[in-house]
Amino acid sequence: MAKTVVLERKPLSLSERTYLPQIATGLKTTFSNMFKEKVTLQYPEEKPAIPKNYRGIPTLVKDPNGREKCVSCQLCEFVCPPKAIRITPGSVPEGETDRAHVEKAPQEFEINMLRCIYCGYCQEVCPEEAIFLQDEYSSSGYSREEMINNKEKLYELGGTLPDAHYKWDKKKNEEDLGNDH
Amino acid sequence: MFDPDFIFMIGLKVFFAFLMIGAVMTMAGYSVLAERKVSAWMQGRVGPNRTVLPLVGYIPFFGRFLKGLGIFQPLADGLKFLFKEEIIPGHVNKFYYNLAPIVALVPALTTMTVLPFGEFFNSDGESVPLMLANLEVGILFILAVSSLGVYGIVLAGWSSNSKYPFLGGIRSSAQMISYELAMGLSLLPIFLWVSQPGSGLLGLSLVDIVQSQSNSAWLFLVQPLSALIFLIALFAETNRLPFDMPESETDLVGGFHTEYGGFKFGIFFVAEYAHIVVGSAIFTLIFLGGWHFLPWIADPWPANWIGTIIGIAWFLAKTLFLIFFFIWIRWTLPRFRYDQVMNLGWTKLLPLALLNLLFYVLLVTWLDQSSL
Repeated sequence: MAKTVVLERKPLSLSERTYLPQIATGLKTTFSNMFKEKVTLQYPEEKPAIPKNYRGIPTLVKDPNGREKCVSCQLCEFVCPPKAIRITPGSVPEGETDRAHVEKAPQEFEINMLRCIYCGYCQEVCPEEAIFLQDEYSSSGYSREEMINNKEKLYELGGTLPDAHYKWDKKKNEEDLGNDH
Repeated sequence: MFDPDFIFMIGLKVFFAFLMIGAVMTMAGYSVLAERKVSAWMQGRVGPNRTVLPLVGYIPFFGRFLKGLGIFQPLADGLKFLFKEEIIPGHVNKFYYNLAPIVALVPALTTMTVLPFGEFFNSDGESVPLMLANLEVGILFILAVSSLGVYGIVLAGWSSNSKYPFLGGIRSSAQMISYELAMGLSLLPIFLWVSQPGSGLLGLSLVDIVQSQSNSAWLFLVQPLSALIFLIALFAETNRLPFDMPESETDLVGGFHTEYGGFKFGIFFVAEYAHIVVGSAIFTLIFLGGWHFLPWIADPWPANWIGTIIGIAWFLAKTLFLIFFFIWIRWTLPRFRYDQVMNLGWTKLLPLALLNLLFYVLLVTWLDQSSL
């Protein structure tokens, strides 16, 4: 058991009872604070450092070859708790040899930023690693329509992220070698 | 009655009066900026640094410097107050509600009529004080008029017909009355000291108080306790922290001006800062030698118009330092509780001021007797 020590409180001396020396010390402290480095971040010009696992605005990304990764499986649409995502599935345009094995691609992909709660389930559920919540956090607009990010906007926000798998390249290789994919 | 000289004199006085109002109001406006800037610096922030006039921002270095200093912020603040909607709540007493801001501002601006701010030497080499009205009982006039400022706060508190302004009004009236006594008593030894026999100076005249400090000790060195009591009472009278009773935003929302908005609130705001400016000026005049250089040192500037300007600048520098001191204290001391304020006023400052008075009465008597 911790031992409690009761300290005896000495009676205040005359100078302490006037509080004036203490006030002088306080004034010195506040004065020296004036010359310390400022902690203010000049916001729109300076931005804070965003941690790596930050959940910002959900975006669609392309792989390093500039190909659309989303295959329009609609898992994110199903998992999205506030139903912010709306996908219109479409097919991959004919003759795109790069994406020969991909069956589908989103014709339209909309994320309503007025509904999105930044939970990151879409990123978690995506089997193609096509949707990411990146470091952009500030989104504003003058109308409700402006707050709905369409496919073009989502790719613009997302850019390209490095890919560890190149899933569709592997499948194509396998087929070229005559194996099952 | 209507000879040209007389009309010219009146015109000149009116012109000077507007000049003085302009100067004090500008200082009040920039005290608000100083308050925000110094507060920011003391808290490790930057403070207002975005406002800028259209073209000034493009001046290469200077424009950015002014913008960073927030020089144009008071303009923006003032315009905001002017253009806001004037709301009069339905539950207030409209007459007194509208009267209160005026009653608060008028005493603050009236006191400056008897404030000397420099001296000027006429062709005979005599010193003529620069002030609107050379009243021989200047300090008495200031004490009388500035205490009327409390009526503005009390009226605002009572006419608002709501609990927080009411509490703010009550607190401020109690506080003002308590500290007025100590303030007056702390000045009596000064009057005694200044009007010593043979000097030909009047203790109640602000000019004579300043002149008594030229080439000799400043009065805060002669009477440090009087200066301390006066300073504490000044903080209480101007409703500055740590005596922020009428406003005390942490427990009374906004205190007496909770129900006010727009330009009426702006007037309260300006009145508060005008009080601080005038209070700092009075403390400078009485205890810090006014426009005189340093204690025991004769003014090093020549006795002509250059000396006049340097003197005014020196006086302003001292006043500005005191305004800074007001802000500095604000961020150093926490606010007293209401009962602590009353306790300090009645059981500490008042007896101390009385003892101080008694001591100097005896001292002055002894000095007079021994010099005879």
